[in-house]
Amino acid sequence: MFSLSILQSALELGCIYSLVALALFLSFRVLNIADMTTDGAFTLGCAVSATAAVAGHPILGLFLAMAAGAAAGAVTALLQTRLGVPSILAGIVTNTGLYTVNLAVMGFSSNVPMLKTTTVFTLLQDVLGKDSPYKLVIAAVAAAAACAVLVWFLGTRLGLSIRATGDNPDMVRASSINTAFTILVGLCVSNCLTALSGAVLAQYQRSADINLGTGMVVIGLASLIIGETIFARGGIWVKALGAVGGSILYRFIIALALRANVPSECLKLLSAVIVGLAIAMPAIRAKAAFARRRAAAKREGGR
Amino acid sequence: MLELKNVGKVFNPGTVNEKKALTAVNLHLAEGDFATIVGSNGAGKSTLFNAIAGAFTPDTGSITLAGQDITFLPDYRRSKFIGRMFQDPLKGTAPHMTIEENLALAFLRASGQTSPFSRISKADRALFAERLAALGLGLEDRMKQPVGLLSGGQRQALTLLMATLVTPKLLLLDEHTAALDPATAEKVLELTKQIVAEHHITCLMITHNMRDALTLGNRTLMMDGGRIVLDIAGPERAGLTVQDLLLRFAKQAGHDLDDDRVLLSNADEA
Repeated sequence: MFSLSILQSALELGCIYSLVALALFLSFRVLNIADMTTDGAFTLGCAVSATAAVAGHPILGLFLAMAAGAAAGAVTALLQTRLGVPSILAGIVTNTGLYTVNLAVMGFSSNVPMLKTTTVFTLLQDVLGKDSPYKLVIAAVAAAAACAVLVWFLGTRLGLSIRATGDNPDMVRASSINTAFTILVGLCVSNCLTALSGAVLAQYQRSADINLGTGMVVIGLASLIIGETIFARGGIWVKALGAVGGSILYRFIIALALRANVPSECLKLLSAVIVGLAIAMPAIRAKAAFARRRAAAKREGGR
Repeated sequence: MLELKNVGKVFNPGTVNEKKALTAVNLHLAEGDFATIVGSNGAGKSTLFNAIAGAFTPDTGSITLAGQDITFLPDYRRSKFIGRMFQDPLKGTAPHMTIEENLALAFLRASGQTSPFSRISKADRALFAERLAALGLGLEDRMKQPVGLLSGGQRQALTLLMATLVTPKLLLLDEHTAALDPATAEKVLELTKQIVAEHHITCLMITHNMRDALTLGNRTLMMDGGRIVLDIAGPERAGLTVQDLLLRFAKQAGHDLDDDRVLLSNADEA
């Protein structure tokens, strides 16, 4: 029921969006912060990358997008660590401000078409040839590189400090870790990944749109949680690969839904349901186990 | 080594909840001093530790450690050379990180000029294994396991090792064995004595066990109402019994030591 091309594009999208899942792995799981900057940072990445590509700098655009994403993360981090804004609110405030910034980056237009623009994808197509899986190569390289860099980073002194910040705030307060600094670095890195995801996506689909990032935090969480549920729990490597795997799987689910003629307007609702169910799963399981236990006790009692 | 001059702190000043937590505290610890601190709830023992560790800035006075004025130094900068342990074993370690990673965190931060991107080296691992083996708990064979799997006593022993892995200038022990069962508490206390003696660490220890307060270390301090009311050392301390100490306290503070935990834990001796 799946044609090869549908499978391949789901794989490509899964790899590209997996950067968001990795970013949320860092902010949501490692740092224990629900970072609402994600939506805006994703769009920011799209906007910067598209505008740079249109200006003739597709590769530079990716790096500019990463820098812009890191800056957005820094704003959120400084709001919460230096100015005492609660973490969720800090993200929402930055996200709201980013809407205007994103419009400005796109020249106060709500989209940037790039039909004839040279992108990193067309550059590789020129090298590998028209029939090669050049899109998949770039998407997979981006996912693999992000995964490797993140895992390496979390093993360094700075990375360990960031993990401790999310793992035990009590301990961190009594040790020489400056949480204002570790949260700043953590959110910069995570939003840098989110923006890179948006940057690659804009060049992949040859357009940037002000609404591309809407709901991205939910989609990223869905991918992350699918990965955690399906792939075994283990070390940092396993968890990072799980996030990538979850993202790819999520895209397959979406492809399946589209294939089953679910209208594309309903996809956000579908994502929301998946995330809601996935997060609620441990509670649902516990309730089910309790009900089974009680039913069993009743049967025994009746005998 | 440690010098507190006229340190005072009032919480919630000007409100009905005003609390004079510390009043004109003066304390001098010589290098290698190991002082125990006793006092009832609310006497200001933990507040004193918080002041030294930098959890808040005192309203008055100054704190000097090893010749450096640390009164206004933020807490995370102080913890480079001040080790601290709490009563709750869960407070000192990161449960989802491995034993090795927890030790690396303690080691890399305190050992000075390392790059933020340095990683755990083979030499580091060998050092961790050697120091873990000295605890005698078999933790050296479990270095890749998350700390969350350890028992309270094991976690507290690990926290002790983390606090002293790089010898601190000052070690603050806040009833660090009080939440452990008696046998484990004895073991952790034994390890504490051994490590403090081996590295000549200047140390302050809060306890509610009057016998420990008299037998451990070389000085006994008693606190009441945010003041240090008794400071006993040398031959005077050597001849003191728990009963004497309680009497001296009552005389100095103007009332009996009325902390349930102190009295219960010493009921067999009094």
